[in-house]
Amino acid sequence: MMDCSFEPLGDRAIMIEAAAEIGPEAQIRVRLITAALEAESPAWMTGFIPAYTTVAVFYDPLALNFKEAEQELASLLSRASEDRLPEVRTVEIPVCYGGEFGPDLPFVARHNGLTEQEVIDFHTGGDYSVHMIGFAPGFPFIGGMPSEIAAPRRETPRLRIPERTVGIAGGQTGVYPIETPGGWRLIGRTPIRLFLPEQDIPSLLRAGDRIVFRQIGTEEYREMEENAHAHRP
Amino acid sequence: MLTVRKGGPQTTVQDLGRTGYQRYGVIVSGAMDTYALRMANLLVGNNENEGGLEITLGGFSARFGQDGLVAVCGGEMSADLDGRPVKLWRPLFVPAGAVLSFGAPKTGCRAYVAVAGGIDVPLVMDSKSTYLRAEIGGFQGRALKTDDEVPVGSLSGPQRRTVAAMRERGFFQPKWAVPAPPYSDDPIIRVMPGRQFRLFDEESRVRLFSEPFTVSLQSDRMGLRLEGHTLSLEEKQELISEAVAFGSIQVPPDGQPIVLMADRQTAGGYPKIGQIASIDLPLAAQLKPGDRITFEEISVEEGQWLYFHKERLIQELRTAIQWRWREWL
Repeated sequence: MMDCSFEPLGDRAIMIEAAAEIGPEAQIRVRLITAALEAESPAWMTGFIPAYTTVAVFYDPLALNFKEAEQELASLLSRASEDRLPEVRTVEIPVCYGGEFGPDLPFVARHNGLTEQEVIDFHTGGDYSVHMIGFAPGFPFIGGMPSEIAAPRRETPRLRIPERTVGIAGGQTGVYPIETPGGWRLIGRTPIRLFLPEQDIPSLLRAGDRIVFRQIGTEEYREMEENAHAHRP
Repeated sequence: MLTVRKGGPQTTVQDLGRTGYQRYGVIVSGAMDTYALRMANLLVGNNENEGGLEITLGGFSARFGQDGLVAVCGGEMSADLDGRPVKLWRPLFVPAGAVLSFGAPKTGCRAYVAVAGGIDVPLVMDSKSTYLRAEIGGFQGRALKTDDEVPVGSLSGPQRRTVAAMRERGFFQPKWAVPAPPYSDDPIIRVMPGRQFRLFDEESRVRLFSEPFTVSLQSDRMGLRLEGHTLSLEEKQELISEAVAFGSIQVPPDGQPIVLMADRQTAGGYPKIGQIASIDLPLAAQLKPGDRITFEEISVEEGQWLYFHKERLIQELRTAIQWRWREWL
């Protein structure tokens, strides 16, 4: 099936190169590899990190060396099958746009010659999917934002961006799961948590998920936020 | 129970890290110098992955609420117990009420304290390691400060009997010790070529292994920022973000390399020119601003061979420590 290449990432990891460029083909291959690793979860594997076009597999070099890891993975991937692919989930992320939650919404509107509501309409109208999780716990790298609302990063990053803020950087959109410094243009905030350290799977989102952003008002935001915090440990 | 008198610049609870959750963007954290933490744990009869204290640049002191067995490993920071100098890399009997203090670092910059029974904090995603930015794990997700009361886990049967025997004999520290790594402020660190090594121009590839770098002030648990000659790609290009590892040497556009350490992000988009061999990561973990570092090229096969030998040595030391323990009972 898949022709992947393997390269060492130091003495304890191997990089599977699934595709040369970002795209739907790379996404499906990375998901296939992820599903195969999850299904077989070999004892020598200590973890793995899927990204846009690659999957890094960490292993115990006392159990096997690089050459053996390569052979094991080649054989494991030969058993990868679409039947094992988990169904694509659609996750709704409610967002309260503008105001104190989205101080850069006016900038994004001005930059693109749109009204603020038009920016929101484009943002909620996108066909989004999660390419990978990384940068911060539960942070999704999301593809599919309409180019009409693209906006450059700030020249000077903000020192603190509150958790759950929704932003735009270039042609990408994302949600900050925890408070971080960053240069994204902030357009709103979601009341739901993306990083769930108390759960077995600590991330709300997973690679491959589809995302729907839905506009909510301040009142609904407060209610949902209160609810989410009531369930916080 | 340990009562903190002074937290120092940064003292956190760490074990060997939060592995297995990186695919959800959760960083590994854990001890910077894993050899020192493993040895400290083995010396007090703990599992080697038990939670201990990582003391950065000294300045920490704490009072012990009950008799206990402790080991200090890693950087030398003039540790003393109620004024009596404490030797590293060997067990130490601590009577109830005694105060263990650390001064300024003499060699290295991170000391590890293991306590028999371990630091008793809740597991978050299977680990006791502190993840400062997300404020989870360790002691309330933060560095220790004055008056914190840090719980110690209950002792195993052999640990309890050993502590009792030591109290009876007025024991302090044994003469024997386990070996320390060759810590230095000017170490030679072995490096395997990184995934994007060949994308760098020839001068950069040659210089990486021929000229030393200096550790800059901006270094922390996330990474060591190095200063030296500029490393550049043959052709400027944007790379697709991919996973990084402990010890990956990445090069941002300014050409000054960064060695990714315990608190590294899970993935990054900068080209990786090299990867530090696991065996030498403890040497890198002890470097402080102003120290010099020289890289020596090895192959992945050599890296794995060195790894195998280091692990075999640790196995032997584990057995040797168990033998020594029997002498006390």
